[in-house]
Amino acid sequence: MKTFGSLTKTTLAALALAALTGPALAQQGLDEPFQKPFKEALAGKTVAYVPVAMNFDLTEGWYAGLKKELEPFGVKFVIRDANWNTNAGAQAVTSLISEKPAVIVVHNPDVQTYAKLLQRAENEGIFVIQINMGSAYRSSAFVGANWVEIGERQTEGVVKACEGKSNKIAIIQGALSAAASAYTLKGVENVLAKHPEVKVVSSQAADWDAAKAKAITQTVLKQNPDLCGIVGFWDGMDIGTAAAVKEAGLTGKVFLATSGGGERKGACELVKSGAFDLNMSYDVPTQAAQMAGTIKWLLSSGAKPGSIKGSEYTTLIPITKENADSPMSCWNLSDLKK
Amino acid sequence: MKRFRFNQQEIVFAVFALLFLVFSIFLKGFLTADNMLTLLQNVAVLGILGLAMAIVVIGRGIDISLIAALAVPPGLVLQMVQNGHSLPTSLLAAVLLTIAFGLVNGWLIAYAEVPSLFATLATGLLLAGLGQAALFQLDVVQWSPGMNGFERLGQGTVLGIPTSIWMFAIACIVVAFLLRQTRWGAYIYAIGDNPYAARVTGIPSRPIIVLQYVVTALIGCFAGLVLAASVNSMPTRIFNSTLIYDVILVVVLGGIGLSGGRGGVLNVIIGTLLIGTMLNGMTIMDISYAGQNLIKGVVLLLAVITDSFLNPRNEETAQQGDI
Repeated sequence: MKTFGSLTKTTLAALALAALTGPALAQQGLDEPFQKPFKEALAGKTVAYVPVAMNFDLTEGWYAGLKKELEPFGVKFVIRDANWNTNAGAQAVTSLISEKPAVIVVHNPDVQTYAKLLQRAENEGIFVIQINMGSAYRSSAFVGANWVEIGERQTEGVVKACEGKSNKIAIIQGALSAAASAYTLKGVENVLAKHPEVKVVSSQAADWDAAKAKAITQTVLKQNPDLCGIVGFWDGMDIGTAAAVKEAGLTGKVFLATSGGGERKGACELVKSGAFDLNMSYDVPTQAAQMAGTIKWLLSSGAKPGSIKGSEYTTLIPITKENADSPMSCWNLSDLKK
Repeated sequence: MKRFRFNQQEIVFAVFALLFLVFSIFLKGFLTADNMLTLLQNVAVLGILGLAMAIVVIGRGIDISLIAALAVPPGLVLQMVQNGHSLPTSLLAAVLLTIAFGLVNGWLIAYAEVPSLFATLATGLLLAGLGQAALFQLDVVQWSPGMNGFERLGQGTVLGIPTSIWMFAIACIVVAFLLRQTRWGAYIYAIGDNPYAARVTGIPSRPIIVLQYVVTALIGCFAGLVLAASVNSMPTRIFNSTLIYDVILVVVLGGIGLSGGRGGVLNVIIGTLLIGTMLNGMTIMDISYAGQNLIKGVVLLLAVITDSFLNPRNEETAQQGDI
């Protein structure tokens, strides 16, 4: 009995030991079969970035976000700054086509200029990703805001704020040649068509210029002191619009809706201060992450450039007084660059 | 019998008066005290820049780099305050930068004898590039809490009149005093009229030219501070805009010939008023952007053509545009 007991004990102990150590000894690492081809598909590849210009929150944000996501995988990230010059941008794209990077991320200045070039690039075997401003050519991917939706939601906000008031609104457009401005205007028109009671007293282009926006708004407010809302097309320009509203002593009385990339100083801070009542943000870091994801997917898919085409419209964040304090509503360029 | 002749200044003033009259009669809401103040306020910065440009144009030069002086030093103030420096320190840094910039311009033109058009074209690019590459994080430098109080320079009213109009008025008085009441001003007219004669008579031409560009840059910087205060930010990309043409337009339209030696503060005021009236009237009428450009172009052409009909060029005046 005793021997049996000790044998049992020994056996049990051995079993227990085996149970504890067995799996560890038996575990030969299992190779995940897809990560190596993924790494190989990315390493040493070049991604070229052609923004309309650097040095403003949107393009700097995309740049920092893409760099952070792609460089750890050994992707070479190069930049060709068009610096507000459409010609320089077209030249940059042309020379990139002969340099043959794996991907070109392009920010179109308008619908037409780059369209043919982008088609050529995809024919030559380069994936083209268009960011925020699309061209007439549909490439592998478009990542960006739906400008029509931005116009609609801004106008809905303004129309709602105008209920029971004068129903007089003003529109401060961007530059006439910019597609983003024209698409936003379409969205504004869509909503206004449903609200015949709303009267547009002024609809002018301020060329993305804060000083011009301020001058126009001042004149409009003097003519229509009972104005109840303004639809502005970009927060960088509408700082001027807001300044005019503030000077007229109408902050809070005139509902100012605008849109932008959601950088903290340009968006949340200004909503908090009451300068803007609504800022439709297309959240630049998320756009950058989506672009990076798309690049990883495209490169690892083995797909032929131009063979698949899709769009990723950004989910907009409406920034109002309620969420302007939230750390999730806005982003800091300095943090993104770290 | 002496033929009655208008000069360009009077023609432009007549065009301004006519436009003003037409708008007052036909445009509801144009001739109100409030709208008049808005009109002036909207062109105040342009007017200040016009004064700066007038100083060098009278001295037979031109300063294409004026918009860089408008954008970069005030941008530096906003950026430094944003980075945690105090407002006085930042202002001092900006003024020093502006003076240094004016000295470089002046030295190139007066001592290295580079034509002012090319010298300032290059230095303007240099300063704007320096700003973009080294000084600013973003094109639009935002207002920060450290600047609070400073926006009074471009916003709000004093005695019911918007501050930016006061700023324009102060700039007018200072420039008029400099040009008409000081020996320095008389020298500028002399140099502009005939630089060689001026030198022969013992006027220190070169130092005076340097001084002109320093003063111009400082006025440009002042205009920039008013602009930044009025829109609560400094859009430094303004350097790439067509603002410089508007400034030259105000000066030339007002009747300050590019050949130098003529004109004064009054001409700048008239040119500014004409542009201001047109812009304001067209905004009230809600004319499209393209339409506005068309009308602006036609009115300006008319003014220039009328001038050349009434005052045909002769050998003496034919050197207009010789810059």
